[in-house]
Amino acid sequence: MQTAVQFIHEQLTPKKEFPQFKAGDNITVNYKIIEGGKERIQSFRGDVLKVQGVGATATFTVRKISDGVGVERVFPFFSPNVEGIVLNKVGKVRRAKLFYLRERSGKSARIKEKRVK
Amino acid sequence: MKGIIGKKIGMTSVFSPDGKQIACTIIEAGPCVVTQVKTVDTDGYNALQLAFGDKKEKNATKAEINHFAKASTAAKRFVKEFRDTTIEKALGETVTLDIFAEGDKVEVVGTTKGKGFQGVVKRHGFSGVGEGSHGQHDRQRAPGSIGGSSYPSRVFKGMRMAGRMGTDRVKMKGLKIVKLFPEKNYILVSGSVPGHNGSIVLIQK
Repeated sequence: MQTAVQFIHEQLTPKKEFPQFKAGDNITVNYKIIEGGKERIQSFRGDVLKVQGVGATATFTVRKISDGVGVERVFPFFSPNVEGIVLNKVGKVRRAKLFYLRERSGKSARIKEKRVK
Repeated sequence: MKGIIGKKIGMTSVFSPDGKQIACTIIEAGPCVVTQVKTVDTDGYNALQLAFGDKKEKNATKAEINHFAKASTAAKRFVKEFRDTTIEKALGETVTLDIFAEGDKVEVVGTTKGKGFQGVVKRHGFSGVGEGSHGQHDRQRAPGSIGGSSYPSRVFKGMRMAGRMGTDRVKMKGLKIVKLFPEKNYILVSGSVPGHNGSIVLIQK
């Protein structure tokens, strides 16, 4: 089954380049939206809560605080609507899934930045 | 009607050009050999008998080997009949997935996964009886009353009860062919298909 799925996606899913990121990193996702028949690019900046799945169907979840309200969005890596991803900060975290951030706010919801040598 | 025998490979999802994610099933369809052509004159009805999948010769009976020899092919594992087909093929010719085109709406027939002996909540969608409290316990998923006592004093036939669930023949209608891969004999259809991975399905149009 795996080889068949791989074969299908080699044919149908165009290759895309992304910066390497993981949970805890701060990224900006530029994605296309259609507004009144017109296409434009909107950006969503936040912390990565999780990276899920493998291959062409993998997704990642980004969380940001917008006007005091937590907003989460799930993006498929290979969606044609995801225009580009920018890595802003590399976070220092000890988990692969940061669901504990949902219960936190303010200072305790911050993620320490990893010093890159 | 057109039809072919296939094997369910598994599911994945692909993106349409407008960015919609479509859940898809991969089916390995064909190539099938025409092992018998039935006509009104000889059999009383029109049908095409197709065979799919290889079988070891030591596992085939002599009757099977000779039946397949008429179509000059080796023994096959699955044999199915498609009535009143519009496929114009003679005995011994192969039917491949090029009888379909991308964008076609097809029906896929398969056997659902066996669920074993199941209660009425899972098997018939009952909502269960009673609450956790108010003197009730131990009967959250029970069927409740199955009929009147003094009248009719019996249980009606066909009353939905617990029992074996699954392994039913199910036809999924209106599945769209997203893509054909003739070099690998793969068909990508939208949506789900009955049965477990590796089970035999019939694809009809």
